[in-house]
Amino acid sequence: MRHLKAGEEISYTGKLYTARDQAHRRLVEAIHSGRKLPIDLKGGIIYYSGPTETPKGKIIGSCGPTTSSRMDGFTLPLLKLGLSAMIGKGNRSPDVIAAIRKYQAVYFVTYSGCGALLARQIKKKTLVAYLDLGPEAIYELEVKDFPLIVAVDSQGNSVYKQFKEKGLECPDQMEEIMIN
Amino acid sequence: MREIKVDKIRAAAADLAKEANFVLRKDVLGALKSALLKEGDQRSRKILKAIINNAEIAKKEKLAICQDTGLPVVFGEIGQEARVTGGSLAGAIHQGLALGYAQGSLRRSIVKDPLSRGGSGFSPAIIHTEIVPGDKIKLSLLPKGFGCENKSQIRMFKPTASLEEIKRFILETVAKAGPDACPPFVLGIGIGGTQDYAAYLAKKALLNKVKSQKSKVKNTNQKIYKLEKELLKEINNLNIGPMGLGGKTTCLGVNILSYPTHIAGLPVAVNISCHALRSAVKII
Repeated sequence: MRHLKAGEEISYTGKLYTARDQAHRRLVEAIHSGRKLPIDLKGGIIYYSGPTETPKGKIIGSCGPTTSSRMDGFTLPLLKLGLSAMIGKGNRSPDVIAAIRKYQAVYFVTYSGCGALLARQIKKKTLVAYLDLGPEAIYELEVKDFPLIVAVDSQGNSVYKQFKEKGLECPDQMEEIMIN
Repeated sequence: MREIKVDKIRAAAADLAKEANFVLRKDVLGALKSALLKEGDQRSRKILKAIINNAEIAKKEKLAICQDTGLPVVFGEIGQEARVTGGSLAGAIHQGLALGYAQGSLRRSIVKDPLSRGGSGFSPAIIHTEIVPGDKIKLSLLPKGFGCENKSQIRMFKPTASLEEIKRFILETVAKAGPDACPPFVLGIGIGGTQDYAAYLAKKALLNKVKSQKSKVKNTNQKIYKLEKELLKEINNLNIGPMGLGGKTTCLGVNILSYPTHIAGLPVAVNISCHALRSAVKII
């Protein structure tokens, strides 16, 4: 993961855990109260996603990324425990970007709003925890050739800043908003 | 009076849930395809192709276009000469949608209580109704995803505000939505009325066909038509691009609805839709 550069595109084959808002809240509460976590974060990858119900005869329903910034406030404790990568959509906070650099992790984005397309790359789904959360439960997914774009690399370089630094035009008054 | 049985309403709502979530609107798909023709950036082209491919897979496999199957928002036009029999109209819409969401294996995205959360399910929907002449009932369903709904905004301008101030607010709203809200966007804008009515118009404007830059379909109000065109151009110069990774295609279309307002105010609401702008219509 460490050699990947912001903007680079890769295909990932392996395991992921789905987790979004409420699962993050529970994981962080468990960490703070010293309880055992239902997943091993060390070297793990979290995919910010809550799939639809699974149609008959399918492995999973539509399963694309959700907005990552909502998980920003819960991300630092997970990175501290060894989370190696996150997959979602959109920008991250400066705190999270600094922590990604500190813990040598990576933040990826994948095709947003393309849950039907991405479902094809998911080969197995296993419920791990928090079934009561419905679409927000934690599932372990086995994916094959899952398309990823490095959005923040282990050096803390962000693809969102990068395209601006390339000199692409953006009205002055937007500059600050776009970077934040 | 024409009698309409609630069973018909329920069945129509169930069909709408599946159709809206499986089949991307023709005008949206068309706008994506014409954006692909104009887009020169290689990565943006790749993303646009993925979005178009996603829509084809969803339709073919009866899978949700996006896993966020939204909060179903219904716009009902109720003919004043129609009489609903056998139960409650609103109840039939809620039940029908929940049935359609279950049949279509869509997502349980709705929490019953906004503060205590938990226990997510398929309903209720939000229903707006309007009384119109005639004896038919027209139901339009807009399942609204929350990645983009979270970025929507409203501002109460002074009545003396310039068009430039209004445009700047709209551009800032789009820039703040940035990569988080799944660009390329479609913008629904409501101008006038009251605070709540402007927000309603902004959402309702998303039901209208996406007008691309070259479109021949013109808004009947010349000033609004001009504003739509200018905004579309300026938004596409922001260089946010598909997935916010840069490129010409930040916005597929701008739809504005306006309404008379009070001498003391000028409400402007911006409802952002992601590229997966979904809706379906049935006339009963």
